[in-house]
Amino acid sequence: MRREFLRGMRDAIPIGVGYLTASIGVGITCQRIGLNAPQGLLMSLLNNASAGEYAGLKVIEENSGLIAIILMMIIANLRYLLMGASMSQHMDEKMPIWQRLIIAFDLTDEMFALAISQPGYFAFSYYLGGMCVVIPGWSVGTVLGVLLGNLVSARLMSALSVLLYCMFIAIVIPAGKKDFTVLGCIGVSFGAGALFHYLPYFDGISSGVKIIILTIVIATAAALVFPRGGEER
Amino acid sequence: MNTILYILTMAGVTFILRILPLTLIRKPITNRFLQSFFYYVPYVTLSLMVFPDIIEATASPLAGAAAMSVAIVCAWLGLGLVPISAICCALVFVLELFL
Repeated sequence: MRREFLRGMRDAIPIGVGYLTASIGVGITCQRIGLNAPQGLLMSLLNNASAGEYAGLKVIEENSGLIAIILMMIIANLRYLLMGASMSQHMDEKMPIWQRLIIAFDLTDEMFALAISQPGYFAFSYYLGGMCVVIPGWSVGTVLGVLLGNLVSARLMSALSVLLYCMFIAIVIPAGKKDFTVLGCIGVSFGAGALFHYLPYFDGISSGVKIIILTIVIATAAALVFPRGGEER
Repeated sequence: MNTILYILTMAGVTFILRILPLTLIRKPITNRFLQSFFYYVPYVTLSLMVFPDIIEATASPLAGAAAMSVAIVCAWLGLGLVPISAICCALVFVLELFL
């Protein structure tokens, strides 16, 4: 238990550092819109979502009301529904509800990546260890952004901005090396992501929606053409 | 509308999206298609989030592309998460001194 907790903390350090720097950007946006440090802290502590928080801040800035914020959150964060379904397959079915509630509170892209990269089922204590590192990182970074965002060197911010992407790469590539269908999925996803991004036809679609559509299309195609045999996990 | 109310609504909706699948899907999925689908989902989603976002995140797109290529090669060669992150951050920092 304790070992898993500590291992989770250690593995989450790069995420924590990445969050600390990424959330400075959230904090800077908060400050620009007129949120103070406690409000920024509350938002990051309760939401733990980058795209979601940016989207939410947009609604707050325009003061578009309750319906708008609800719809915006659903669109920006709908991918968690898919991720959660995928993640449920990496959890022991006997895991109690209270543990699931705690995990759900910090189900982020990066923590999801960490959890599914564990062999077999991941342990609750492992995830909790990770949360203890990344939640402070995300919240503290937001507050720093509100208070002194303008002081951080742009050069340093730029270098640190690749941190989270490198982590995703470090997780998908080894899986692709072992399974060429996964490698194909990675290649197709890079290509499709670029296509959707640069072709003008898709400008009206938010990036959250693009990710959902493309994930469903590509994963469905892969599952139909290359279904996995009933191998053990 | 009050800012705190906005923040609480955001948190509520986000939490509902996260908790639904984790509590509703308790059993292992046995359907072969769904099993395969959920097996591929994480790799597709994570890849979609990498590119082209990484080249837009850095000040110079070239530095972002270089970091991406180096990260792929390092990961293929079996390097871990921490060294890859460190190498790529350093790479972007150094490259952007020149670009």
